[in-house]
Amino acid sequence: MLVAEDLAAQRGDALLFEGLGFALRRGAALFVSGPNGSGKTTLLRIVAGFTRALRGRLTWDGADVAPFEPALRAATLFIGHAPALKEELTAEENLASLAALHGAPAGRQALTDALTTWSLGKQRSLPARVLSQGQRRRIGLARLRLVPRPLWVLDEPMTALDTSGAETLRTVLGDHLARGGMALIATHQEFTPTSGTCHSLRLQ
Amino acid sequence: MSEATLQAPLADDSAWRGIAWALARDLKLALRSRAELGVQLLFYVIVVTLFPLGIGPEPGPLHTLGPGVLWVAALLASLLALPRLFAVDFADGTLEQMTLSPYPLPAIVSGKILAHWLATGAPLVALSPLLALQFGLDGREMAVLTAGLLVGTPTLSLMGAIGAALTLGIRAGGALLALLTLPLYVPVLIFGAGAVEALRAGTAPGGELSILIAALLVSIVGAPLACAAAVRIAVD
Repeated sequence: MLVAEDLAAQRGDALLFEGLGFALRRGAALFVSGPNGSGKTTLLRIVAGFTRALRGRLTWDGADVAPFEPALRAATLFIGHAPALKEELTAEENLASLAALHGAPAGRQALTDALTTWSLGKQRSLPARVLSQGQRRRIGLARLRLVPRPLWVLDEPMTALDTSGAETLRTVLGDHLARGGMALIATHQEFTPTSGTCHSLRLQ
Repeated sequence: MSEATLQAPLADDSAWRGIAWALARDLKLALRSRAELGVQLLFYVIVVTLFPLGIGPEPGPLHTLGPGVLWVAALLASLLALPRLFAVDFADGTLEQMTLSPYPLPAIVSGKILAHWLATGAPLVALSPLLALQFGLDGREMAVLTAGLLVGTPTLSLMGAIGAALTLGIRAGGALLALLTLPLYVPVLIFGAGAVEALRAGTAPGGELSILIAALLVSIVGAPLACAAAVRIAVD
C-alpha cells in the first residue's frame, strides 16, 4: 500500500500544492487531474522517486521511502512524457532494451506478444525513428506487460493514442488492477479500466 | 498472480548485469551511428596533421613537439565526443529510466563510460603510432606514447564523464564542459607527454606510466559514483 501524507511541492518559488494526502491500496487506481501547471507531473515524480517533496512523507507498505531508494525502484514502473526510445534501434530492440534495464529481460516470444498486444506486430523490425508518435507511445506502454511491478506511475498515458490504443490501455490496466496491482495516473481524459476500483484526485 | 510474484527480482550480481546492459546497448548504438564516431576520429587525425603542415618539415622541432601534440589532440578529440555520453539519453528520457532501474546507477554509468571509451578512445589509441610517424618518433618512443595513451585515455573518459553529467540540461553546456574538464585533464597530459620526455632524457618512463595507471584506478572507483550523483541531480 502506498500512502502519502501532507505532501507539499514547489517549483521555483511557486507552491504547487500542500497538505495533499492519499492512500492507494492493491487493486486500485488513482487518477490525478487538474489544469496545466497544477503539479500533476511533480506529484508523479515524487511518487516515482525522482524528487523529494518539500514537506510530507511517503510510505510504501508502512516504511518511509526516499528518492531513488532500491525498495521504491523495485516496486515502481514509471512511464513519463519522454518515450525513452533510441531512434537507431528497432521497436523490438527498444522494448527488449527497456525490459532488460528494468531487470526483467524478455524472451523473443514475450516481446512478440507484447508488441502484438499493442498492434505493433508489423512494425517490430522498423527503427523507432520512422514510427509515428502514437506508435512510439505504444512501445513505451508495451513495457507494462513485460515488467512485473506492483505500482505503475503513468504520466498522460493516453497522449497520442488512438481509440484502439486507448482500449488496449484500459484492458492492460484492468488486468493489472485485477491482479492486485496499483496505478497512479495523471491524465486530462479519465478512462475506466476494465476492472478494479478507481479514485480521482483533482489538483487546483 | 500473488503479491510475491509482483516484486521484481533483484539479483546479487545486479552490478555486473547493469554494466553488461549499458555496455551492450551503447556499443550497439555506436555501431549504428558510425558516422559520428568517424567525425571524432577524423578530427584527431586532422588536428595532429595540421602541426607538421604549420611548423614545416624540419625534423628537429617536429620530433620535440610530437608527443605533446598527439596528447593535446587526444584531449581535444576526447572532449569532442563527451557531450554525447549522457546528453542523448537525457533528452529522450532513457537516463531517468536508468535512475529507476534495479541495477545500481554507478554500474550502469560505468558500462556507458566503458562503451564510450571503446568507441571513441580505443580507435584513437590504435591510430596513434601511425600519426606519430609524421613527427619522426622512433619505435621505443612510439611504444611509450601509445602505452601512455592506452592507460591515459580511459582516465580522460572517466573524468570527462563527471563534467558531462554535471553539465546536463545546461544551455551552452558544451563550452562549460570544456572549461570544467580541460583543467582536470592537465595532470594526465603532463605525465603522458612526460613519459616520452623521460625516455628521451635517458631515464625509464615507468614512473610516469605508473602515475597514469594510478590515476586510472582512482578514476575507475570514483568517477562512476560522482557521475551517478550528478545524473540524479540532473533528472530531479
